[in-house]
Amino acid sequence: MPLTGKELSALQQRAKKLRKDIVDTTVWAGGAHIGGANSIVDILNILYFKYARVDTKNPQWADRDRIIVSKGHAGVGVAAVLAEKGFYKKELLKTFNHFMSPFGMHLDCHRVPGLDVSTGSLGHGLAQGVGLAWGARFQGKDWKTFVILGDGECNEGSVWEAAMSASQFKLDNLITIVDRNGLMMDGTTEQVMGLEPFDKKWEAFGFKVRIIDGHDFTQLADALDFALENKGGPVVIIANTVKGKGVDFIENDVRWHYGSMDSALAKKAMESIDRMYE
Amino acid sequence: MSETTGTTWTCYDANTMTQAEIYGRVLCDIGAQRPDLIAMTADLEKSTKIGLFKDKFPERFVNVGIAEQNLFGVAAGVAKSGLLPVVSTMAVFTSMRALEQVRTDICYQNLNVKIIATHAGMSFGAAGTTHHCTEDLAIMRSLANMTVIAPADGIETANAVRAAIEWPGPVYIRIGRGFEPVLYDTEEYGFQIGKAVELHSGTDITLICCGITALQALEAAKMLKESDGLSVRVLNMHTIKPMDTEAVMKAVKETRRIVTFEDHNVFGGLGTAVADVIAASGKGCAFEKVGIPDTYCVVGYPEDLYTHYKLDANGIMDKVREVMGKDFEEDENWDDEV
Repeated sequence: MPLTGKELSALQQRAKKLRKDIVDTTVWAGGAHIGGANSIVDILNILYFKYARVDTKNPQWADRDRIIVSKGHAGVGVAAVLAEKGFYKKELLKTFNHFMSPFGMHLDCHRVPGLDVSTGSLGHGLAQGVGLAWGARFQGKDWKTFVILGDGECNEGSVWEAAMSASQFKLDNLITIVDRNGLMMDGTTEQVMGLEPFDKKWEAFGFKVRIIDGHDFTQLADALDFALENKGGPVVIIANTVKGKGVDFIENDVRWHYGSMDSALAKKAMESIDRMYE
Repeated sequence: MSETTGTTWTCYDANTMTQAEIYGRVLCDIGAQRPDLIAMTADLEKSTKIGLFKDKFPERFVNVGIAEQNLFGVAAGVAKSGLLPVVSTMAVFTSMRALEQVRTDICYQNLNVKIIATHAGMSFGAAGTTHHCTEDLAIMRSLANMTVIAPADGIETANAVRAAIEWPGPVYIRIGRGFEPVLYDTEEYGFQIGKAVELHSGTDITLICCGITALQALEAAKMLKESDGLSVRVLNMHTIKPMDTEAVMKAVKETRRIVTFEDHNVFGGLGTAVADVIAASGKGCAFEKVGIPDTYCVVGYPEDLYTHYKLDANGIMDKVREVMGKDFEEDENWDDEV
């Protein structure tokens, strides 16, 4: 369903709060993948707070929707979202990266309540999503599987093996979203290993493609509505995003794939986040 | 011999069925009782014989094409959806091409995925090194949560598959191409994961084997008794991990000489696993590992390769005589040997 004005405003308020939580965690952790977390966080925000069927009281609920963050280095963003959703207290994020913490840079589903799949090594999420979606359909279950890929991750051949099988198995209960922030560790995706024409590649693999602004909740809602109603095969949403979005001095800066912040820099980041949607 | 009679398992016609075919049939039997069992492969339904399951339960069969990384990733997802995937492809692609999916997706997440890896060791001899797999035991036993089994023949494979289905977590079952001779004549010998089977009793020396070497070791033990008057214990160590440390230590104490035999690189597999147990115990014994001598094997029919690498009964007999000839302290005093 299209977003109401009230929903949009709530999502935007939460988008700011989540980014602040990510900045806080970056300080506590001594460093984090803040760039990719800030590009993906609006996608997670709308998934967990509008679309996904999950139960914070029963994280292992058999009929929950599954969300796989294949770009596992966005763990700091995922951890903030799951805390905000209520799977655990935000206080717990203070341990991030520290000895015996439930949270490392790449999250472990045995230690983080609400997390469906442990990821970190790139190119592993979509295949597991294919297996989950196949399993749900086989068992006559109506829960959905959402997989969020990084764009740089799409250099991995295993992504395309999985894409081929999603289409072969006609998995219309599998929704793939690419966080297309355009940057990878060594430069832009097009400099390092070009992906374009990216939409054509997915189309050639049998996907219906939607290209949207991944920070525009109205567009995200429209694309997700389309994907959820779609029948007969898989959908991919290419969400054009900005690495570091919301923290203006790190946006689109390849050096901020992973970074640390002291309290002064964090304060600057918070001020930038406050200016979002102005 | 009949395949099944009621709910009681009986022996398959092992003389006319290959090792792989037997597990294919067993899987069909289990599949009839376990509606959650999903069989999966990567374009090898015929070579691995998992296609027998497809013929019976086509809706429960997944073929991902020639994409082994995807095979194990998808299997992880299928397991996470609450089903029981049994995956079969060649050992070399399982343990190397798709190793990270096996390790990170399946073992790290401790998923209930059962793997039947075929064409292991030199069993696909003529195919050459790209299709040999003499490294998988070393690789698989280093993965936390993984259980590793190398059955001696088709009958034991049937037992191993049934046991694996009931065993929690990921299991790696390593079999050959399927044409290996049969060791057991019945399935009723008390197969248990993690429990070695004494094929031949003895007090002079112990041969610890797995997979195809078990039959050859047994033959060697019988011949050595006759020709050399030697009392040779043969342990079929079908489970490499978790290892039956009790059986190993009993052999150390009672026979004081151990030789391991495996269709695998001499580094990292059964022999190394047995050596780990002995070294950690602080007890000493004469010890030799026999396997592929850290090389890529020559091409040939498997039986010629087993002879070439001294993994047949003759090779085993020679090795036993060599080890028996070694000077070794035979007193019963253990206190001075730590």
